[in-house]
Amino acid sequence: MTIHTGYLWIVLGMGLVTYLPRWFPLFFLARRNLPQWLIDWLDLIPAAILSALLVPELVTVGTPRHLVLWRPELWVALPTFIFALKTKSLGGTVVVGMVLFWAVQRVV
Amino acid sequence: MPPTAKTDTLVVANVLRPGKAIVVNGPIRGPGQPIFQVLMKCNKMVSDSPKNRQNVKASILQGLAAAWPICLGYIPIGLAFGVLAQKAGLNPVEIMLMSILVFAGSAQFIAVSMLSAGAGAAAIIVTTFAVNLRHFLMSSSLAVFLGDTTRKKLSLFAYGVTDESFAVNHARFSQKTWGPDPALVVNHTANVAWVASTLIGGYSGKFFPEGAFGIDYALTAMFICLLIFQLKGRIYVITAIISGLAAAVLSLSIPGSSYIVLASIFAATTVLGIRKWIQ
Repeated sequence: MTIHTGYLWIVLGMGLVTYLPRWFPLFFLARRNLPQWLIDWLDLIPAAILSALLVPELVTVGTPRHLVLWRPELWVALPTFIFALKTKSLGGTVVVGMVLFWAVQRVV
Repeated sequence: MPPTAKTDTLVVANVLRPGKAIVVNGPIRGPGQPIFQVLMKCNKMVSDSPKNRQNVKASILQGLAAAWPICLGYIPIGLAFGVLAQKAGLNPVEIMLMSILVFAGSAQFIAVSMLSAGAGAAAIIVTTFAVNLRHFLMSSSLAVFLGDTTRKKLSLFAYGVTDESFAVNHARFSQKTWGPDPALVVNHTANVAWVASTLIGGYSGKFFPEGAFGIDYALTAMFICLLIFQLKGRIYVITAIISGLAAAVLSLSIPGSSYIVLASIFAATTVLGIRKWIQ
């Protein structure tokens, strides 16, 4: 099994442009006192990112994306959401979500 | 120094860290040398203890306990990626190389589909950069909690910042139950799961039944719970609602995944702006 030279350069380039944005803020921001407004702003980012990752995943499909509201992904999300809210258990939520999704796919 | 004091010193040391003594200047008992000094030494030893073997073991166990939902979620995606990459003409070594060097699910899928469409290197690398720029926000957000960490460890940690490891680590950092060591274990355990599952997919994804046990939903369910961990008050709920709606609308109108970064920045900035304006 050999690695194509052109491919090696592509993958090295991809690796570099992926690593740098991950590394830069950690290397330069972590050991520094940040202004309060930036800390407040960064504190909101996780909730924002998780919601931005999740919602389109539940209500859109395809490339280019289009809106489909009644998909199993969304039906299952509602009980999974309630389970997570009640139990605050990450592992439990993953298992419950998987089982519900599996069951819904069997029925539909 | 009286011999009894010396013996006391060694007994204390042996209980905490076998084979290592605490050196206290002067006798423990006696005027001007209170037991307080020994307690301070012990306290320092406990706080220095990440170097301790027991704590390394504890960090690994904590990290593994936090990482397993991520690993579970990576298996179907990794297998699917491996199968797709193999169909696009990559051999297992090439697949593994990309998973090790890039370690970013969606960017890898896009790169492989661009490769099979005959796209050039520059186009693939620029697209990868755009897709993975969201990690800049995540690393910035994690940086707040990693002030006491060495730059070497930060550089090692940065390699494993993904959507999933970020969310799991951030939730625990903000509950103040987390440190850089277990976080590092989370990142690298997830990495091993990703590399291994893409490699297995590259050899033969055909052995695995598609959609078995609803495993395709593992990451979605994980994100649902991690989002709930982040909803620590009204301001976070409002941010999440604005961001989710903005992301859904943007994802319909602009191609690619830049909607994640745009919606997040828009939501956080809007909410902070409104709060400033009200106050």
